[in-house]
Amino acid sequence: MVSYLDFEKPIAELENKVRELRQTSAADSGDITEEVERLEAKAEALLRQTYAKLTPWQKMQVARHQDRPHFEDYVARLTDGFQPLAGDRRFGEDPAILGGICRFRGRSIMLIGHEKGRGTDGRLRHNFGMAKPEGYRKAIRLMEMADRFRLPVVTLVDTSGAYPGIGAEERGQAEAIASSIEACLRIGVPMIAAVVGEGGSGGAVALAAANRIIMLEHSVYSVISPEGCAAILWNDREKAKDAAEALRITAADLLKLKVVDEVVPEPSGGAHRDPDATIDAVGDAVERHLRLIAAAEPVALREGRRRKFLDMGRVL
Amino acid sequence: MSWLTETVLPKIRSFARKSDTPDNLWVKCPNCGQMVFNKEMAENAHVCPKCDHHLRIGPAARFEILFDGDYTRLEVPEVAADPLKFKDSKRYTDRIKEARAKTGERDAVQVAEGRIGGNRAVVAVQNFAFMGGSMGMATGEALVVASDRAVAEHLPLIVVAAAGGARMQEGILSLMQMPRSIVAVERVRDKGLPYICVLTDPTTGGVTASYAMLGDIQIAEPGALIGFAGQRVIEQTIRETLPPGFQRAEFLLQHGMIDMVVHRKKLKETLARLIDQIINREGTLHPGPEVEIPPPGEIPHGAALP
Ligand SMILES: [Zn+2]
Repeated sequence: MVSYLDFEKPIAELENKVRELRQTSAADSGDITEEVERLEAKAEALLRQTYAKLTPWQKMQVARHQDRPHFEDYVARLTDGFQPLAGDRRFGEDPAILGGICRFRGRSIMLIGHEKGRGTDGRLRHNFGMAKPEGYRKAIRLMEMADRFRLPVVTLVDTSGAYPGIGAEERGQAEAIASSIEACLRIGVPMIAAVVGEGGSGGAVALAAANRIIMLEHSVYSVISPEGCAAILWNDREKAKDAAEALRITAADLLKLKVVDEVVPEPSGGAHRDPDATIDAVGDAVERHLRLIAAAEPVALREGRRRKFLDMGRVL
Repeated sequence: MSWLTETVLPKIRSFARKSDTPDNLWVKCPNCGQMVFNKEMAENAHVCPKCDHHLRIGPAARFEILFDGDYTRLEVPEVAADPLKFKDSKRYTDRIKEARAKTGERDAVQVAEGRIGGNRAVVAVQNFAFMGGSMGMATGEALVVASDRAVAEHLPLIVVAAAGGARMQEGILSLMQMPRSIVAVERVRDKGLPYICVLTDPTTGGVTASYAMLGDIQIAEPGALIGFAGQRVIEQTIRETLPPGFQRAEFLLQHGMIDMVVHRKKLKETLARLIDQIINREGTLHPGPEVEIPPPGEIPHGAALP
């Protein structure tokens, strides 16, 4: 069952009508089949048209869609023998960030990413993908382990941001994020980051200071949530739509600004309409980039990463 | 960089700025509300003589407090202006213009080189008065300039941070200054040069989550607000009132997040001592002059060996 977003109402109406007609048509009545086919074609065309020109705010909603493939879906489809590794060895285990060693298309890799969780229980267990210091410190530990074992690091970014809480601040949320970015920049193994949902602020960069950054077509990556930006700059959270436009958060914008290296197209109607095809497309892109830098020397990888971020915004 | 821009202009500017501040004006302490003579406040390192509150100060005042005397401003190359053509209730270009008029500076971070207790150092100061000190491309550029100089001249780097966070008007490009600034300060650290961070009121958001928390030594001014998330955001998320002193310098010290809280009037001598001990360490890893090293084989059992 598809769960529709607000702007998909016209599509929902058509698709529901198709479903109704299918259920009521007892037999292969020629008339109804024709009508169903006509409506289906119309719905598909409308879906394609709508998704071809989504506004930034609509993309934000697609990126946050509850059925959008998550970290665990990528693990299930793209990897073999994923062994989750837990804990930061200092304070605790944070399931908002998952990570572990696995086999990906013939290579051993360290896969790390945010997991927002699914369903009420799942979302609570993973804290909606909002990590605490122990989550970033686990990521640092795993990146350093990958460096030692010469395993490429692949990260999947999908978070609304780092968790704002008393304990998180007491345990050094800022330092944890800063050190995680620093770890990304320091490791001597290839690192590829894929923004597959929401790339929310510092909590996202913490896993994304990589050699290559790819982004799903309808995912977003932003310095602040449009709601937060609207509250601060417009003094009105309702202006989130305007903020989403102004902030340039879409994959196409970020490609133009040379912040990401590749945009991976999504199936018509967004990743949640065909999770398998989406996950395979991300897998293909990651594999392609990995192949290009897999044999590079540690120094070259480290220097390449530093150069990439030093140049960012310098040449537009 | 010419001799004029490097040496003369900053002196003229700092001279002009000095006489800009009328000595006969009062300033109201934002903490205790007492009226204090401007001149008295400046002579007291902009710390309230009545309640010891540390007022927010800009680069010019900070350089004067930290450097022995003369210092040289380092030029920061221009960055792309308003790459997103950002406009909220105001245009970003207009906000920049206003901030420039208000502060007399090009952007939030100013860099200078001079001597602190006799030793040369590069100091970058973030100005909260310039759009809340916000970190944009110009911040990244200033830190790159500062770190380049530190590496080239083999000098310690001191960053005095003050910012609400990233500059939203530059969108993703401001977010990218987090890794960019970290690359800058890491290059200094890689050379075995000290990177010392002084956190002042307030330092929050993407600035604390990048270069401002990665100092070899982390110093904070008393009472400074330092944290990642804003207090209102935290309250709205957890629906609890925050404990007293939350996210203040003393709170961070208690939780092991910084090395020390230092009064502004002790800041210079503290930095001078640290820099001197770290930089002037020739001979530290040689045996002292009185010691004769026994030939191999004659080292007694139980002696500490590396
Ligand atoms: Zn006072």
